[in-house]
Amino acid sequence: MYPADRRYTKDHEWIIVTGNLGRVGITDFAQKQLGDVVFVEPPDLGRAVSQGQTAGNIESVKAVSELYSPASGKVVAVNGDISSKPELVNKDPHGTWLFEIELSNPDEVKTLLDNNQYTELVK
Amino acid sequence: MVPFGGWDMPVEYSGITNEHLAVRTKAGLFDVSHMGQIELAGRDALAAVQRVSSNDAAKLSVGQAQYSALTTPAGTFVDDLLVYRLAGDHFLLVVNAGNIEKAYKWISDETRAIGDVAVVNSSARYALLAVQGPAAADIVQQLTTIDLASIKYYWFAHGEVAGVRSIISRTGYTGEDGFELFIPPASAEGIWNTILETGAGKGIVPVGLGARDTLRLEAGMHLSGQDIDETTTVLEADLGWIIGWKKADFIGKAALEQQKNAGLTRKLVGFEMTAPGIARHGYKAYAAGGEGIVTSGTQTPLLKKAIGMAYLPIAATTIDTEFEIDIRGRRTPARVVPRQFYKRSRS
Repeated sequence: MYPADRRYTKDHEWIIVTGNLGRVGITDFAQKQLGDVVFVEPPDLGRAVSQGQTAGNIESVKAVSELYSPASGKVVAVNGDISSKPELVNKDPHGTWLFEIELSNPDEVKTLLDNNQYTELVK
Repeated sequence: MVPFGGWDMPVEYSGITNEHLAVRTKAGLFDVSHMGQIELAGRDALAAVQRVSSNDAAKLSVGQAQYSALTTPAGTFVDDLLVYRLAGDHFLLVVNAGNIEKAYKWISDETRAIGDVAVVNSSARYALLAVQGPAAADIVQQLTTIDLASIKYYWFAHGEVAGVRSIISRTGYTGEDGFELFIPPASAEGIWNTILETGAGKGIVPVGLGARDTLRLEAGMHLSGQDIDETTTVLEADLGWIIGWKKADFIGKAALEQQKNAGLTRKLVGFEMTAPGIARHGYKAYAAGGEGIVTSGTQTPLLKKAIGMAYLPIAATTIDTEFEIDIRGRRTPARVVPRQFYKRSRS
């Protein structure tokens, strides 16, 4: 259910690392909790984010939730599809990245949960 | 499940968007048993209702209902409500869940000096189910021998639904055609299931609090405790049509007359965001003429726009006026639009 190719936060984000870049999304558990996602406010391009800190917001019909960055670095890309199709977050949470970070400290990612630990967390 | 007015209520069953769209295109079933019922009966029941309720209950025929406000001396809201005339001297008031005790005490205290009237909190005697949507009448008609076509909007009838004695009221909180069924609590679960089974072919789905809120907001209906409360007057809430100006008197009439003559300084408007962002309850608004406050806001599943209601300085309340809302530190542009965002087509 939770792919092994990435790491997970206790706040229900995931990050896939390729080289020094990390792509961030939210988990299936998170999208179920949120309900129908209608708006994603990713961090601004070029912004410095740090691990565990707020990096944006994700809104469902019900409420606003904060998006936390799983790692520190600089935001180098945001997924443009999300602004017109926020429902992708519900339909394909693990295939829909929200923003990409150039990691300033790739080792940080090792402190995050692996898929088994995350599965245990949301069990 | 979330706590709501002392009840545990589901926010959603199948998803807010799905439930919302079902009510707009087919039908939805709501358990609104949390709503409170207060009955006034006796020779002076009409006089008692007239004193506490802003609308003119003398205009009600037996079998008719009206939207109204329980007003404070300042012309603000104790609560909003529906007033049903069950008989010439017997009224049923439907108030909000969170306000049952407050409303009951208010009505009891304020009508004490009126001769022959009994005020009874009969909330526990009624469960309330709402069937709403274009297919609502077809579905409910299969369960009753009452000719539903004979019940006009904001009228009601007594009759059996699925074999249970009910008040069948053509009212609702969605902007759609539909019915609210007052039934004995012991029968509620059975009727709930029967309605879902009967309406399955017509696409009925159960609807939770989440879509109840998006539906009422899209229809431009107020939520008590959020859009209206003891700090907002009936006129400021843009509900002048529920004020019985010609009535001899009611609590708050003098204050409302004075406010009407002096002119409003702020008023509740509908708005839509003109840039990405969703305004929520409590967000600050900045308009020509001063600050305002957002009382309701969401992304509508049907219109796919961010909409809401806000109190704005009177100079900024004209349709198409541009203003800004502080969305978590970002001033985001919005525009005043008619508060009824959605209007059903009547066939």
